[in-house]
Amino acid sequence: MNALLEAVVRASGTTAFRLAAAGVSAFLLGAALVAALLFWQTNAVLTEQAIIAITSEASALEREARESGIGAVAEAVRLRSNPDGPGLYFLADRTGAKLAGNLSRVPPEIAGSAAGGAFRFEAGSGRAVRQHLGVAIPVTLSDGALLLIGRDVEEQRAYASRLKRVFLWGFAALAIAGIAAGLAVSRLALRRIETITKASRAIMAGNLSERVPLSGSGDELDELAKSLNEMLDRIEQLMGGLKEVSDNIAHDLKTPLNRMRNRAEAALRDPSGPEACRKGLEQTIEDADELIKTFNALLLIARLEAGAVEETAATFDLGQLVRDVAELYEPVAEEAGLALAVEAGHGVTIRANPQLIGQAVANLIDNAIKYGRRADHAPEPREAEIAVRVERRDANAEISVADQGPGISAADRERALKRFVRLEESRTRPGTGLGLSLVAAVARLHGGSIRLEDNGPGLRAVLVLPA
Amino acid sequence: MRLLVIEDDRETAQFLQKALRESGHTADLAADGETGLAMAQSAAYDALIVDRMLPKLDGLSVVKTLRSEQNRTPVLILSALGDVDDRVKGLRAGGDDYLTKPYAYSELLARIEALARRRVPEEQETRYAVGDLVLDRLSHRVTRAGEHIPLQPREYRLLEYLMKHAGQVVTRTMLLENVWDYHFDPQTNVIDVHVSRLRSKIDKSFDKPLLHTVRGAGYLVSERAP
Repeated sequence: MNALLEAVVRASGTTAFRLAAAGVSAFLLGAALVAALLFWQTNAVLTEQAIIAITSEASALEREARESGIGAVAEAVRLRSNPDGPGLYFLADRTGAKLAGNLSRVPPEIAGSAAGGAFRFEAGSGRAVRQHLGVAIPVTLSDGALLLIGRDVEEQRAYASRLKRVFLWGFAALAIAGIAAGLAVSRLALRRIETITKASRAIMAGNLSERVPLSGSGDELDELAKSLNEMLDRIEQLMGGLKEVSDNIAHDLKTPLNRMRNRAEAALRDPSGPEACRKGLEQTIEDADELIKTFNALLLIARLEAGAVEETAATFDLGQLVRDVAELYEPVAEEAGLALAVEAGHGVTIRANPQLIGQAVANLIDNAIKYGRRADHAPEPREAEIAVRVERRDANAEISVADQGPGISAADRERALKRFVRLEESRTRPGTGLGLSLVAAVARLHGGSIRLEDNGPGLRAVLVLPA
Repeated sequence: MRLLVIEDDRETAQFLQKALRESGHTADLAADGETGLAMAQSAAYDALIVDRMLPKLDGLSVVKTLRSEQNRTPVLILSALGDVDDRVKGLRAGGDDYLTKPYAYSELLARIEALARRRVPEEQETRYAVGDLVLDRLSHRVTRAGEHIPLQPREYRLLEYLMKHAGQVVTRTMLLENVWDYHFDPQTNVIDVHVSRLRSKIDKSFDKPLLHTVRGAGYLVSERAP
């Protein structure tokens, strides 16, 4: 009982209950108005009919009195005075003495009233005497006699009160049913919201892989649960990314930090004097700069993945941007013995952040220069080429950078997009290992993607951006 | 030059003050935004170095207030926030240059000197000359000892920027930002290759080199070696 009460109390606090209660009250108010109108209208019609009947009877008896005298009227009244009938009569002479009629006296409620009205009287005879309601109008006849003509309206009153009772009970039943339905509906909604709350509590407590169960009906609550689940997927993915980053920081930043520390310590201990110290410090600063670069790239990736870079988007010619970046790298490529061929027409415009796209293209070209040298050690190595293309394909703009180096095996391609992954294990060449994952993050931020393909031989990286 | 450093980290501020003094400048210090603003309003400085996050009044508000009072003193904003967006916000607030922490002191010095120099109203100079190297900004012709040196468009702009700041150290990042308009890390020292190509054109067949490399800082176009 207590539990039920508690459930009701809790349910009565919910939105569903409040909505149901408001609906039920509005409905009841409307129904009560209609019922009242009906009641008064019926009453008015019945009363009017009674009054018309008694008015016409009155004028007939008045005429009779004028034409045939009071005796004839008394006779007529006597004939009409049925003790159980609906007609009520009282005829008295000028002195007030009763001459005929089925009423015993002038009812006190209408005594002296010229218009008449409603009154109570005793109907029936002997043991079956009951209080009835009647209406009557007084008529003063030509010789000063008083005639009351009325109708017993008890039946009408009883009908009206029965109607009233029916309406009241009906309303009570409606109210109870409405509130019960409201409670049931809110209980149902409450239970599903409770499941969602319980699931989110569990998730907050640390079980990130938990999901909100769906009812399968596809209603609003299911929609809510679905978008909550999608949010959780995203959070889990971000948390996973964060964990991966911290793991990688531990691995990949501790090593250079340690190296830097060793170098500083060695310089300090070096017995050959200030020159060695100076050299050690210079190298330490160089190491620090490399570390800063890595940190910056990491931070940028993290912010891109959080979708934090906005505001600075512009519409620009992608071909022009790619040609400019390629021009920046052209001398470096040449020094590395690579030819940089750019095929970028005009008219491929996109809306994006030009600095980020520039950075992404720079990273792709930089990678191609670092890893795009031919693997074969032929005595006369032909000049390898890096082909940079910009083209529109369907609704997308594609930037591809293809080299003729050793490429990346199909199995390693996905891994290559991850942070800090450098496929050459020795890690002798400079680089943070963040280049491709930065490109991937830039692509994702702009709703695009990156593909790594076989260039046969070599690697082709394709950056796809929505045009 | 007389500089004002508005920086809340005491150690950084004192390091800057000492280093700037060694470079031949004087630097006043302010440890919060309100004090810094009051000092910038009451004295004439050649340039301000303003940290973005400051107690009491943040750096961008300091710059905005000064600009709304028609104070045109060049401002270098220092910030730990280094995104494209942050930089745009900093420059929109009225900053003239933006440097992300952590930075090399040589980078800061080169930038602040370039900023303060810019203050001298840049009368539309039509030619730059350093020694016998002449760059004509109207005909886009470069000559050395009267001899025409053909340059690619980008090489021309690179030399133009270096000569505009003749006698000042210009860092690689400054070149990347001002000649290429790139605000990102190009991974490789691409600038070095461009500069060495330029050098081979303007210095190679002449006795006296004019385009110098300043170790650990950048490049310098000058008649005198650094």
